[in-house]
Amino acid sequence: MIPEIGNFALIVGLFLAFTLGVLPIVGAARNNAVLMGVARPLAAGQFVFLGIALGCLTYAFVANDFSVLYVAQHSNSQLPTVYRVSAVWGGHEGSLLLWAFLLSVWTLAVAMYSKHLPEEMVARVLGVMGLIAVGFLLFMLMTSNPFDRLLPAAADGRDLNPLLQDPGLVIHPPMLYMGYVGFSVAFAFAIAALLGGRMDATWARWSRPWTTVAWVFMTMGIALGSWWAYYELGWGGWWFWDPVENASFMPWLLGTALIHSLAVTEKRNAFKSWTVLLAIAAFSLSLLGTFLVRSGVLTSVHSFAADPKRGIFILTFLVIVIGVSLLLFAWRAPKIGLGGKFDPLSRESLLLSNNVLLSVAAASVFIGTLYPLFMDALGQGKLSVGPPYFEAVFVPLMIPMVLMMGLGPLARWKKVDAPELAKRVSWAFGAALLIALLLPLTMGKWSVMVSLGLLLAFWIIASVTLSLRERLAGRDDFMQRLRGQSLSYYGMQLAHLGVAVFIIGVTLVKGYETERDVRMDVGDVLNTGGYEFRFNGVTEEQGPNYVAGKGHVTISKDGKVVTELYPEKRQYNVSGMPMTEAAIDAGLLGDLYVSLGEPIPDSDGAWAVRVYIKPFVDWIWAGCLLMSLGGVLAISDRRYRIHNKRSAEAKTEMPLEEKTA
Amino acid sequence: MMRFILPFVVFVVLAVFLFVGLNLNPREVPSPLVGKPAPAFTLPQLHEPAKPFSPADMKGQVWLLNVWASWCVSCKEEHPVLMELSRRNIVPIYGLDYKDKQADAELWLKRGGDPYVLSVADAEGRIGIDYGVYGVPETYVIDKQGVIQYKQIGPVTPQNLTEKILPLVAELQAK
Repeated sequence: MIPEIGNFALIVGLFLAFTLGVLPIVGAARNNAVLMGVARPLAAGQFVFLGIALGCLTYAFVANDFSVLYVAQHSNSQLPTVYRVSAVWGGHEGSLLLWAFLLSVWTLAVAMYSKHLPEEMVARVLGVMGLIAVGFLLFMLMTSNPFDRLLPAAADGRDLNPLLQDPGLVIHPPMLYMGYVGFSVAFAFAIAALLGGRMDATWARWSRPWTTVAWVFMTMGIALGSWWAYYELGWGGWWFWDPVENASFMPWLLGTALIHSLAVTEKRNAFKSWTVLLAIAAFSLSLLGTFLVRSGVLTSVHSFAADPKRGIFILTFLVIVIGVSLLLFAWRAPKIGLGGKFDPLSRESLLLSNNVLLSVAAASVFIGTLYPLFMDALGQGKLSVGPPYFEAVFVPLMIPMVLMMGLGPLARWKKVDAPELAKRVSWAFGAALLIALLLPLTMGKWSVMVSLGLLLAFWIIASVTLSLRERLAGRDDFMQRLRGQSLSYYGMQLAHLGVAVFIIGVTLVKGYETERDVRMDVGDVLNTGGYEFRFNGVTEEQGPNYVAGKGHVTISKDGKVVTELYPEKRQYNVSGMPMTEAAIDAGLLGDLYVSLGEPIPDSDGAWAVRVYIKPFVDWIWAGCLLMSLGGVLAISDRRYRIHNKRSAEAKTEMPLEEKTA
Repeated sequence: MMRFILPFVVFVVLAVFLFVGLNLNPREVPSPLVGKPAPAFTLPQLHEPAKPFSPADMKGQVWLLNVWASWCVSCKEEHPVLMELSRRNIVPIYGLDYKDKQADAELWLKRGGDPYVLSVADAEGRIGIDYGVYGVPETYVIDKQGVIQYKQIGPVTPQNLTEKILPLVAELQAK
């Protein structure tokens, strides 16, 4: 009964989404206030019904209703309850439902926090989001309904993929999807602006906070996924350039470009058509990511259900959404006109180069990801593109980007006096260079790559410090000056510091990590990286739905015990899949990482043991966290809150904006 | 106007590629041995170790070489398909018993039936290396000139038998 209610709620949701996608847009075109007015109630209704659908599916999981095919495929009565809830998005159908539900959350949020916007803008934005929801709900109902019955019911379920039975994976998909789906808001604003034909700076101001929120979610989602791969896969790697990782990384890169480009459009009224195109592209890549994961056109460790019928549907959807948007862009963009003028060296030009580099980086990831597909389609044979390609292409693009990242916040709009800027930053750059050259010596071994990475990181830190100093130094009250800066300024600097922290993590872990893969008998001691690892053998332990071989490793330094680690090798009862649970002693300066390989046959309890020492590896994720916090600070800025209160004024402001254009 | 339509054009090209890509299987890895002569070997027959067998004996005939083992679980899955195929007498199936013990292998054939004209024993897996065996089972289609024309990785199913292997065999036999 409950699954039928869910199914019915989905159908109602589709109906509401369809109405939302048609009436308000027609209303906006005909200037009909009644038709435009239905947008908000419809958005709320869509949210309620998709919420009911998601609730019903969750109920089916928690109550172990194995007469629902999707539940039978992804759950089991032995599965702990928390994983039964997260199993809702552990497979194809359920993650689509989560996608659609989160889209309705964003739609509702736009409906609620858009009181200061002109009615026709709201109608168009909500309408576009409704049309996207139509696509996803149709896809779900036609090819991948999570409520399909399995009759007669299965006695027990096939269990959730053990890889997904992990706390990190409980929150990683919702976070990432919030990011993916969140870009639909910027997309909807861009399309609404194109439809309305009014391409002034206002749409940029409106969509900016939304884009930042989506970007924050996406950053956290990707970071969580990377962290999970680090401790769960047992290889100690944190990024594998896997097609599905790339599918989330490409929209992130373009989203980052979009945030910066929106700033220029809002502040200087420049880059207008480029910003619109970026907003379309960022969301298009989110959709493309969905296509790549779901259609099976690429091989990946994230192999979800690969079904060509689904592939055709998503491809058609993709072609309609992206094709129509780009045609609309081609039709409307020529009328947008140029924005404010700027010199070849100015904050605008620096941000433009940032945009170009980020887009080229996204394009190179895109080409690398789809290259095997292109070659295969052209009959050139099978091949795969691995990390060497991505590292060779990506790193050189990021070097000038980071160098300019330091200059951007210091440069003025319109025109920069080059000798003056050079004089201002010379000390900062000198200090960064000195630290980059000397610091590796204290770590034991000097290498060009480590020095280069540290130069980039300390250049950011030095330039942020310089900017803060210039803004805060002065005779009057320091606290007052500290408060005088906007939160979005602090947010930007914090996010930039996050990049520096991230680079330090990547550089040091790449430069100084120790990886040992050894056979260890019970009682064996491995000396590496100044630590002693003593292997005390493996004992059997019973988990809720698995049997684990639990290793015991004592780590000591200079005769003193540092920590005891218990890596596990689990065998899940239902799927029989072996899983590696690495044991990690995490620290500010680095991780001690032990994972169990395989037991050595015909031996007395010996195992293949992987021992890694990963200096500063946690800085990688700390950097991502700082970037996200920076985004949170930026959207907490006063002007967004004040904006909400001054709803009436916003409308009268617009003609003024156009005059300054 | 032209430069604004460019993103759309790029996207159309991409969409065509994605459409073609949908009909390709990225997991299908072609064997480098396809189109090359089947590697020569001489191995004792499983049932009569005194008698050797070599692919050269098969010149002039289209035949299947099926790699199997008694320890292989997927082989149980494909076994009925092979039994049915041997009953229909379309193409001779020769077995390569891979890294197996003779007693186990004979018992396995006794229980499930023997679809093979004969099997050879590759106890150390030496020949498996020459043939690039990824895993058991694998099936090779070898033509009259002794050239490998197709390699099936994983069990033979009724579907890939009727769609791929049998049409190919018929075509090769007609040559």
